[in-house]
Amino acid sequence: MSGPIHQHHRTAASEPPLIQGLLVGVALTFLTLFLFVPLVAVFYEALRKGMGVYLAAITDPYALSAIRLTLLSAVCAVPLNMLFGVAAAWAITKFEFRGKSLLITLIDLPFAVSPVIAGLIYVLLFGAHGWLGPALTQHDIKIIFAVPGIVLATVFVTVPFIARELIPLMQAQGTEEEEAALVLGASGWTTFWRITLPNIKWGLLYGVVLCTARAMGEFGAVSVVSGHIRGLTNTLPLHIEILYNEYQFAAAFACASLLTLLALAILGIKTFIERYTFSQRRPPAGGDTP
Amino acid sequence: MMPPQLRQPSVLPGFGLTLGFTVAYLCLIVLIPLAMAFLEAFQLGWREFWSVVSAPRVMASYRLTFGAALLAAAINTGFGLIVAWVLVRYHFPGKRLVDALVDLPFALPTAVAGITLTTLYAGNGWLGQFLKPLGIKIAFTPTGIIVALVFISLPFVVRTVQPVLEDLEAEVEEAAASLGADRWQIFQRVIFPAIRPALLTGFTLAFARAIGEYGSVIFIAGNLPMVSEITPLLIVSKLEQYDYKGAAAVSVVMLILSFILLLLINLLQRWNRSRQA
Repeated sequence: MSGPIHQHHRTAASEPPLIQGLLVGVALTFLTLFLFVPLVAVFYEALRKGMGVYLAAITDPYALSAIRLTLLSAVCAVPLNMLFGVAAAWAITKFEFRGKSLLITLIDLPFAVSPVIAGLIYVLLFGAHGWLGPALTQHDIKIIFAVPGIVLATVFVTVPFIARELIPLMQAQGTEEEEAALVLGASGWTTFWRITLPNIKWGLLYGVVLCTARAMGEFGAVSVVSGHIRGLTNTLPLHIEILYNEYQFAAAFACASLLTLLALAILGIKTFIERYTFSQRRPPAGGDTP
Repeated sequence: MMPPQLRQPSVLPGFGLTLGFTVAYLCLIVLIPLAMAFLEAFQLGWREFWSVVSAPRVMASYRLTFGAALLAAAINTGFGLIVAWVLVRYHFPGKRLVDALVDLPFALPTAVAGITLTTLYAGNGWLGQFLKPLGIKIAFTPTGIIVALVFISLPFVVRTVQPVLEDLEAEVEEAAASLGADRWQIFQRVIFPAIRPALLTGFTLAFARAIGEYGSVIFIAGNLPMVSEITPLLIVSKLEQYDYKGAAAVSVVMLILSFILLLLINLLQRWNRSRQA
């Protein structure tokens, strides 16, 4: 952790101006080529054929059903992973037990697994030729190439997001406040709702935002389990792929622009939360103005 | 020393409930399904497993996937360090906006990144049209894969190095300067050793993320077997031909390599923390 010294009074001008300018130039050129130009290109391509084509593309019945399914899978996956994240962070940060670091590694596991493999394992488990396939067919339950499979794949790829945000935060906060509440006679639930939750709300919100973003944008895992049935099992990213492969570029980018707007909104919320929690923690230090 | 009991006593409630739920959830959603890949692959028997995972087309896909991911992570390590440095130490107009936008690849769905980069780097695209006269083709070649992987793994190095640079004590640099070191010596001897663990962590995270990437790459790659077919795509095409065991076998190889990387990341982060403490 940093000491009480503010970073901005450090040796900020320690390199010669020429080198500083050069480094800023290199950084901005790199980011322009790889970030800013693509960002502008999405909206340019989406609106290239005019507003009429744009609106037609995003109000197309297949696009609307894809948006509905994308929202549905996020609405299912995010609360489940929120519950998991809070429970996991509570167990990991409030108690000392054996195997804790193994547990933390296992929570991270979905980050290290290719999304395609995430889809594959559910096909192996629930698919027609999978381990539970015959039993499911008998009871007329369809998971793969249907909505439940899409939800499951989405849950898998977003498992770590909220837990990852909460664990370091709750570790830093320690257990004293909860212990005090309990000693004063509060019940476990009251302690959680009145002490822990207000303390972690910004971290939780940030985790939920990241989790939602990934849930709505997931492509590989969902693509494997979806079966690409238009109007039924197509999420918005899969719909974009189909439009693109049919050379309907304007329509593909119109749908892509919706997801890009979502991404920008997420970056906005993230920046807001970071500024807000930063100013709460260190009230007199005014952001990064010198 | 670890105490003889499984957990240390605490007045806080809910240990059994939360740990039980956590473990049960992980088993149901992550571990049991992942075990399926291993079970399915091992049905092949050792010799057939080996012949599947070492077939020439599969070997070519490993080389491409790991090579492109390694290059992309290396590019991002170099430029990521410069971006982090500039964001922490210098002032320039639009800095806050740039700082916020660095995370764009985390928030932008990979399919959107894929179609956008392909359109930009195609022969008639905004960027491709300048490269075409120079004889450089990016879209639908292995180079395109590197471009896509650079995009999706861009934030990792920046975001791991940035906090470490912010926390560096100015006094150490001032002391080095007062002892007669020039800027380059200070960077080499004082700053670089401090940020090296973070740089390595960022590199490994970017590498691990790039290996598994699918959504952005399939649009830009061209997907020719032996030339521009990445391993995740090979798994999908095996699956589409109902070769479940083959798909599982290749997945097992990727999973094992990813687990090793994950272990490495954890060790690096522990090393990072112990150095900062």
